[in-house]
Amino acid sequence: MTWDEMRPLLEQACSETLTMVGLSSLVTAVVGLPLGVVLSLTDRGGLLPCVVVNKTLGALVNLTRSLPFIILLIALIPFTRWAVGTSIGVDAAVVPLSVGAVPFFARLVETSVREVDHGLVEAVQSMGGGVWAVVRKVLLPESLPSLVSGLTTTVIALIGYSAMAGAVAAGGLGDLAVRYGYQRFENGLMIATVLLLVVLVTGVQVVGDLLARALDHRGGRAGHGPFRIRPRMPRHPSR
Amino acid sequence: MITTTNLKKAYRSRGRDIVALDGVDLHVREGEVFGVVGRSGAGKSTLIRCVNLLERPTSGTVTVAGQDLTALHRRGLRAARGRIGMVFQHFNLLSARTVQQNVELPLEILGLRGAQRSRRAGELLELVGLADRAGAYPAQLSGGQKQRVGIARALAGKPRVLLSDEATSALDPQTTRSILHLLRDLNRQLGLTILLITHEMDVIKTVCDSAALMRDGRIVESGTVAELLATPGSELAGALFPIGQVPSGAGRTVIDLTFHGDSTAQPVISHLARSYNVDVSILGAAIETIGGLQVGRMRIALPGAFEDNVVPIGYLREQGLRVDVAEPERARSSVTASAGDPAPAGTPGGPR
Ligand SMILES: Nc1ncnc2c1ncn2[C@@H]1O[C@H](COP(=O)(O)OP(=O)(O)OP(=O)(O)O)[C@@H](O)[C@H]1O
Ligand SMILES: [Mg+2]
Repeated sequence: MTWDEMRPLLEQACSETLTMVGLSSLVTAVVGLPLGVVLSLTDRGGLLPCVVVNKTLGALVNLTRSLPFIILLIALIPFTRWAVGTSIGVDAAVVPLSVGAVPFFARLVETSVREVDHGLVEAVQSMGGGVWAVVRKVLLPESLPSLVSGLTTTVIALIGYSAMAGAVAAGGLGDLAVRYGYQRFENGLMIATVLLLVVLVTGVQVVGDLLARALDHRGGRAGHGPFRIRPRMPRHPSR
Repeated sequence: MITTTNLKKAYRSRGRDIVALDGVDLHVREGEVFGVVGRSGAGKSTLIRCVNLLERPTSGTVTVAGQDLTALHRRGLRAARGRIGMVFQHFNLLSARTVQQNVELPLEILGLRGAQRSRRAGELLELVGLADRAGAYPAQLSGGQKQRVGIARALAGKPRVLLSDEATSALDPQTTRSILHLLRDLNRQLGLTILLITHEMDVIKTVCDSAALMRDGRIVESGTVAELLATPGSELAGALFPIGQVPSGAGRTVIDLTFHGDSTAQPVISHLARSYNVDVSILGAAIETIGGLQVGRMRIALPGAFEDNVVPIGYLREQGLRVDVAEPERARSSVTASAGDPAPAGTPGGPR
């Protein structure tokens, strides 16, 4: 296969992957963030302890997370059809991708939020702040660097999941590699696909890391350019 | 300004009750700096956290500025907390916000507009001497500077009461002093009532008008510094002005005199020597300023046993001095041997 033959195939697969991953990342962030915050707030010792809510949501999250993605993809077909009106194509893939990634991201959010120093929560409470003020002024802003890292990890996981989206005819780079590279022994295309995936994943990771660092004002002399040399994920020692 | 009545707090942990507060009656007058000291685990933090109900007491009431906080519901309590400032041992500044934004935080919660917020925050940073660091992040500040920001933030909502839990415990002695002076100035300038927790007697000495000693969830001593210093056998007074104990020997009675205010000026000792014709030996003396009060202490010895000196000792008491008589050696050692808890310094032994 010549480069001219490969090019349109790669371009289309790229745009399919980017659309799938972009849309499902958006949905995941929008749904997973509040879900993670609710999980941490309703936990024992949280600000709004509520065993019933916490255990129910926790069980749902665990259930979804324990299913292999390919099973989820197929099991969700009726739901997908109901939600987006079709069970094949890019739009249809976004549904299972989001359903798979939301619990994953929600757990990461829960952990990030829980790591916020409780003293800061008390400081806001001592000023007369309620739960909403605590979430908005402390929990989210203080965990932001960690949330960005969590989202980066989630997006990369989504890129991986999206390789299976061929099963619902959504295309994408992974699907291209399977159909041409594996089934038709097109090694050149296979290598090109893999390279593109590597570039994509690396790019997401680098951007995520830079962003997380730029947002982190905790250690050292923060705010002096993105290439400050610091250990990864520094945290003040718990007091 | 702050009153707690029969405040109790028990924590349940692993089916066992830990009593952190066991009936605390605290009374802090308006405009004073009140210090609470006590050993680790005495319940000091629990007490101060109960004052703004960060911790809900198991029973008892908390009244701040005439308002019973324990009777309030969420909304009312939040409003009341806005009128009580709090500073913390570990500063608790938001790392994602600049100094200016940290000071504005309580104002955001109070619902002030942007322009008003930044004006007020500017004033406060001026007040604590950090106007030039408004744009810095907490991680770029020293401990003392962080605590200044913490204080500015606590004052943002114009509270009449400031609570401070070991605000200087993470700071070096010099920084501690400057923070304490800041608190003292704020107390004077703004008429701010301050309740502070500390484990350092020096803090009490430097800034407090009144003090209380906590032990096992109870207040065992409390009063103004002057009252405490005038109370014979007061542990706090002993700790504020420590002197080693010298037993009265067979032929002499050792007496510690504590005087403050006017009594310092009176020629008590020479009058004593003249009127009662006794030979007074001065063993040692010191003068210190405690809570803005000149306090002196002098250790003297009178010839003869306690029984021979009842009249001169009575005279000294009449002069408004606090008189602690060191007990004779024999009696003392037997007391120390029988009771595991050694008598605190300055406790008078024999009959008074
Ligand atoms: N959240 C909690 N759960 C269980 N027990 C607690 C809790 N907080 C405090 N306690 C217990 O209550 C008692 C009083 O604690 P508190 O923190 O008030 O002491 P403190 O006088 O402030 O001590 P320190 O000088 O070390 O700060 C201690 O025995 C402590 O173990
Ligand atoms: Mg404490």
